[in-house]
Amino acid sequence: MTDAVLPALAEAPAVPAAAASLTAKTRRRRALAYVQAAPMAFVFGFFFLVPLLLTLMVSFWAYNEYEIIPAFTLQNYVDVFEGCLDTGNACTTLRTYLSTLKFCALTWVFTLLIGFTVAYFVAFHVRSRNVQMVLFLVCTIPFWTSNVIRMISWIPLLGRNGLVNDTLMGMGLIARPIEGLLYSDFSVVLAFVHLNTVFMIVPIFNSMARIDRALIEAAYDSGATGWQTLWNVVIPLAKPGIAIGSIFVVTLVMGDFVTVGVMGGQQIASVGKIIQVQMSALQLPAAAANAVVLLGAVMLMIVAMTRLIDLRKEL
Amino acid sequence: MDVELIRLTKRYGNTVAVDGIDLKIRSGAYCCLLGPSGCGKTTTLRMIGGHETVSSGDVVIGPRAVGDAAPAERGTAMMFQSYALFPHLDCRDNVAFSLKMRGVGKVERRARAMAMLDLVQMAHLAERMPAQLSGGQQQRVALARALVTGPKVLLLDEPLSALDPFLRVRMRTELKRIQAELGLTFIHVTHSQEEAMALSDLVVVMNGGRIEQAADPRTVFERPASAFVARFIGGHNVVRLPDASEIAVRADRMRLGPEAGAQAVPARVVSIEYQGTSVHVGFEADGLGGPGPAALTAIVDDGAYAARPLALGQTVPLGWDEAAAHRLTA
Repeated sequence: MTDAVLPALAEAPAVPAAAASLTAKTRRRRALAYVQAAPMAFVFGFFFLVPLLLTLMVSFWAYNEYEIIPAFTLQNYVDVFEGCLDTGNACTTLRTYLSTLKFCALTWVFTLLIGFTVAYFVAFHVRSRNVQMVLFLVCTIPFWTSNVIRMISWIPLLGRNGLVNDTLMGMGLIARPIEGLLYSDFSVVLAFVHLNTVFMIVPIFNSMARIDRALIEAAYDSGATGWQTLWNVVIPLAKPGIAIGSIFVVTLVMGDFVTVGVMGGQQIASVGKIIQVQMSALQLPAAAANAVVLLGAVMLMIVAMTRLIDLRKEL
Repeated sequence: MDVELIRLTKRYGNTVAVDGIDLKIRSGAYCCLLGPSGCGKTTTLRMIGGHETVSSGDVVIGPRAVGDAAPAERGTAMMFQSYALFPHLDCRDNVAFSLKMRGVGKVERRARAMAMLDLVQMAHLAERMPAQLSGGQQQRVALARALVTGPKVLLLDEPLSALDPFLRVRMRTELKRIQAELGLTFIHVTHSQEEAMALSDLVVVMNGGRIEQAADPRTVFERPASAFVARFIGGHNVVRLPDASEIAVRADRMRLGPEAGAQAVPARVVSIEYQGTSVHVGFEADGLGGPGPAALTAIVDDGAYAARPLALGQTVPLGWDEAAAHRLTA
């Protein structure tokens, strides 16, 4: 308390005399802060905001087989939702979104379960900082090769005559190779979980590392069982990490088309794939409209997720 | 409830943190475990509370040895040094936490939490989050949380060390009041002898994992069991006599100048500290057995000092009341 009071007292008499120069100094310091933030703001604005706005603009343009026509039309959006108002069977867009959402939900559940468990282990059961660092490096090993190579590597493992099928048949557990291992929903989710779990682990670990160990002791002292401590202390305090990890995973899966393409044997539709196909057909306004709809959907999901996570506080 | 420690030992690898201590704390006592850092007092407290496994020996609370029982089963509750309030819960839910863990319904646990907050005069801030409270307020909430399940023994780990001196004295009074009101056994770890003196019925002075002395504060101050206790408790001079035995003499029973008596030795004044009601005078004296000059302190009544002031570097005869000398065993 005295620490806070003393400097203020010492400064007080100096203020009236030096007021003008002091504000000038403050102003200069503020200007410097803006200068320091400028490069990042420039990069962000030029390479993110401008393209985004251009996409939004192009999504309202018309196009035909040969050219894009700068005119205002809602036709692209009408095309996206074509047939969606018909009752009976769902339109292509809706079915594709549902399929992507299904992958998203499955991937989210598995990455959350695995990521939380791994982060919990590293944060609470590994005492030494160095061992924690080594374990984190181990988590990043899958990222030392490119995405495509990682996905291709699944083929000799999961394929019809792959390692898994061969082993199971060799052991006499199955008579015929299991067909659904590769190029199926299963393999898509498997690849997504494999790719994205680390994005859950890191933020959740970060939140957990910040939990004061005395709180765990206090919970134990209050008679909480291990599960009660997990539910009432660890999870609420790890929530920011869970939220950040979830946002990473959801946005990555929603926008993906390569993983679904390769692991689904080009047989499974995804929102990203639609956009990619339209772009390669040079139907850029249609692709832009789809991208804007996707962006809106992802943002809605993020808002919903942050709401959900805040809501738990009220319970 | 009575708390008894029997040959209680804690080893970490090859180091012994607590070395076979025996102690009996009777029900309703305010006991302070006092000692320098690393003396094993916190480890002892944590073993009583079930937060540290016992290497050997027993903790007996009430009628039974508690073994490896969880804190809630022992009837103990702990107040942590950093308070350890749950940052995501408001005061009321912090206090109600252990009731929630026991499956007490929402309405009842909130009512009981409010009653406890009332006891520590925090009811008006029940809706605040811990981050919005001052240190003293956080501590009151932590106290309410520890008391809400009606423990028989409350364990306090340096509860006052994070507070500023003014608040420390106030919370000290408060702790004593609550202890008397509830009639609980309090076991309080501290490194401040002043705190231990002010609060406890039983002072347990620890050093190097052992108990140096366990007695009421007056006995500890009047008849320290060892040179360590005399030095740690403060206000004493430890003097080595020519026959190699050691005595402790209270600093306020030292005699200066003409009253110094037969045992007096010439001593040089090295420091003078004015304390209001008294003056603390530091001396260096040769010929008190030790290898170098012995450092001694005399507390002189301010009136007596004003009548006969001293100057730094001055040499005066320094002795003590023969009756005030307490022979030390070790």
